Amino acid sequence: MLGNLSMDSLPFYSWVAMSGAGVTVIGGLVVFVLVTYLGAWRYLWTEWLTSVDHKRIGIMYIVMALIMLVRGFVDAIMMRAQQAFALNSEGYLPPEHFEQIFSSHGTIMVFFMAMPFLTGLINIVVPQQIGARDVAFPFLNSVSMWLTAAGAALILVSLVIGKFSQAGWTGYPPYSGILHSPGVGVDYWLWALAISGVGTTMTGINFIVTILKNRAPGMGLMRMPMFTWTTLCTSILMAFSFPALTVVAVLLGLDRYAGMHFFTNGDGGNMMNFANLLWIWGHPEVYILILPAFGVYSEVVATFSRKRIFGYESLVYATACIALLSFTVWLHHFFTMGSSANVNAFFGIATMIIAVPTGVKIFDWLLTMYRGSIVFHPSMYWTMGFMVTFVIGGMTGVLLALPPADYLMHNSTFLVAHFHNMLIPGALFGYFAGMNYWFPKAFGFKLNETWGNRAFWLWIIGFYLAFMPLYVLGFMGMSRRMEHYNVAEWQPFLQVAALGAVLILFGIICIIIQLVVSVRDRKLAVDSTGDPWNGRTLEWATSSPPASYNFAIIPDVRDVDAFAEMKSRGVAAVVPQIYEDIHMPKNTGMGVFLGGGGFVLGFAMVWHIWWLAAVSLIGVVVLLIIRSSNDDNEFTIPASEVEAIEKQRQYTPFTTTADTDKIAAGTQAGQTVPGSV
Amino acid sequence: MSVAETGAQAHHKEFQDREFGFWLYLMTDAIIFSLLFATYVVMSPNIASGPDTKSFFDLTHTAGETLLLLFSSVTFGFATLAAMAGHNSRTVLWLLVTIVLGLGFVAMELTEFIGMIDAGAGPDVSGSLSAFFTLVGTHGLHVSLGMVGICVMIGQILTKGLTTPVMSRLMRLGLFWHFLDIVWIGIFSVVYLPGIL
Repeated sequence: MLGNLSMDSLPFYSWVAMSGAGVTVIGGLVVFVLVTYLGAWRYLWTEWLTSVDHKRIGIMYIVMALIMLVRGFVDAIMMRAQQAFALNSEGYLPPEHFEQIFSSHGTIMVFFMAMPFLTGLINIVVPQQIGARDVAFPFLNSVSMWLTAAGAALILVSLVIGKFSQAGWTGYPPYSGILHSPGVGVDYWLWALAISGVGTTMTGINFIVTILKNRAPGMGLMRMPMFTWTTLCTSILMAFSFPALTVVAVLLGLDRYAGMHFFTNGDGGNMMNFANLLWIWGHPEVYILILPAFGVYSEVVATFSRKRIFGYESLVYATACIALLSFTVWLHHFFTMGSSANVNAFFGIATMIIAVPTGVKIFDWLLTMYRGSIVFHPSMYWTMGFMVTFVIGGMTGVLLALPPADYLMHNSTFLVAHFHNMLIPGALFGYFAGMNYWFPKAFGFKLNETWGNRAFWLWIIGFYLAFMPLYVLGFMGMSRRMEHYNVAEWQPFLQVAALGAVLILFGIICIIIQLVVSVRDRKLAVDSTGDPWNGRTLEWATSSPPASYNFAIIPDVRDVDAFAEMKSRGVAAVVPQIYEDIHMPKNTGMGVFLGGGGFVLGFAMVWHIWWLAAVSLIGVVVLLIIRSSNDDNEFTIPASEVEAIEKQRQYTPFTTTADTDKIAAGTQAGQTVPGSV
Repeated sequence: MSVAETGAQAHHKEFQDREFGFWLYLMTDAIIFSLLFATYVVMSPNIASGPDTKSFFDLTHTAGETLLLLFSSVTFGFATLAAMAGHNSRTVLWLLVTIVLGLGFVAMELTEFIGMIDAGAGPDVSGSLSAFFTLVGTHGLHVSLGMVGICVMIGQILTKGLTTPVMSRLMRLGLFWHFLDIVWIGIFSVVYLPGIL
């Protein structure tokens, strides 16, 4: 009846596992009690959980990301603590627990922190940036979000019921095969990836169509804001790389469930094929994580330098180049697998070439700042911190791109330091910059800057302390993922790294305080105009928070910096005279049910509860059929109601005189201003 | 331009977007198949201690499957033509013929699979057989899901008639069905033909 599920699945075997489970369960209970106490279930259900509004879906994504960030960070600091003490001793974590922690840390940070964070930012911002009222497929958007949530829920449940994978976040066979990992851990990992991966593929399709089909009149491709461009490239990568993850997860699943021999050691299995298939997804994934952050930096650096972005066209081409090249370098993740020298050389060179468009971007951002009047807003701090730190990671990346050097450093902590050096400044700092930048757009009030700056300094100093020692340790020969060691010279470096993790912990606490303080003092930081930073792109043309339809009148775009151009033309603050009826999609609980079905299916498959798996699969198919037969999924906001909503808002008072001068000077000097075709 | 006209245009655009999105979905599906093809090509020599996959192929059987599937694509085309001409019952009739042909295809495929498993050549015997069953089976699963979709469409045509949304769905299902035909031609050329030649 309950498959492999029994009382032994509960974590009564170790105090560390039990406290992890306890925190998860208590956290869930606290949320449940709080919502019930506030009587907010109905509000939560009708306004948020069933919402198909891209802005609310975006906010839910980011809430999910922040919760999973804390969870993933707890894993990280536990590993740092273990390694700081585990010289010639077992430390406080048994090996099988340590292995679960590094596996879940990577899985969570990539799939359930970074992915929801960037998808959330994209959801909130992109439709507004292109002057659209919604995404192309609002219902599909809700389904994607709930499938991601189902995957995240599976990971959280694995902490309470059963164990998580011990095979690392990449789950290489044969270790992740049924012979060596007979438990439920790898299955939790597989199903969480497969279910959320389907959601991500659909997000990719959704935003490709949204951006290519729903832009405001006048916004040609070369007038799209940089964040929209990076989103387009990221969406293409999502749609075309995530199928590879689906394939590799299904094949490993078939090995584990049906006794097949795709990646087994004997019987004609080929485990090298796993590495290939995984990284055909995995390398584009790196750019899925980083490109949206590049987009945020481009927006932030232009707004807070009070200048037009430098080299818009080169940034667009660099972004597209990176997207294209990201499909040609996957083999550099396994140079040591034993491909021929020529194959390794090809992929090594392709990898180094990616540094070129990335370098172009760095120069464009620097030159945007050059002679700008820089505003030291927290999102600008995150951006500058990124530029300095990311370059170091880029250089170590070019070093690793040399196959002979890679042979020496493969699987060492040098590699760990390198990819954290790319992903923390390259992706996470960007998401934080975006959070500080677009928070007033989403909620109508600004985030506290003091606490934002404190968070930044703690994060960046913590980052250097935590990861620079790992570069050194890599040169000293330390492998990644060591539960204990016997080399006394390593310990001081590991202790510094642990100190760095503690500083990052304080950085996270500062972000939490920043949110709390900002909510408490929200009346002092209200953004009544919708344009708190004197912004340049169309998302600042809406009110903060925007009406459900974003734009009562779809703007006419004449420039890359469409909103700055509207302000200089004096049409940004003009109140429209005539309003029109607006058609919007109806909210639906179907997304929640489909995500719930996905979760139950995954859970049932993990524990081999076949009847439940069959029931939930049939349930999902029936729900899809019901939904696909529904032709009545829109409602109309009458023009009078639109007018009433718009009458309440205060149109933006900013004018950009100084800015206009600069544009004019450029044009008079005979330079073409990108986008003003 | 009247308000009704703009409304109709907005709806028209909505379905255009869906069709574009569906093309993108088909491209993601094509990537799934291409990776399964690549995996099959890499793994087909890995017969380990099991039987040679190719010894089970029978050109007449595969030719029968191919005929059924190709003709089902033709009949789906007739259904589309009938729908464009606005004939409800004729559309349903051609969709029913398509389902019969599709069922025939899946039945023949299952016969082949069961015959192989009975002869000791199941998917758990060798890497080569795993790759064969997964590639061909994934296609068969798609065909089966396509038939579920055809049933849903028949239901919608009978209850709603050939409205714009129903037509749009029928067109997208048609794309899916013809796409599976193309994939089958790939399977025929990559899996079965080299096995027999």
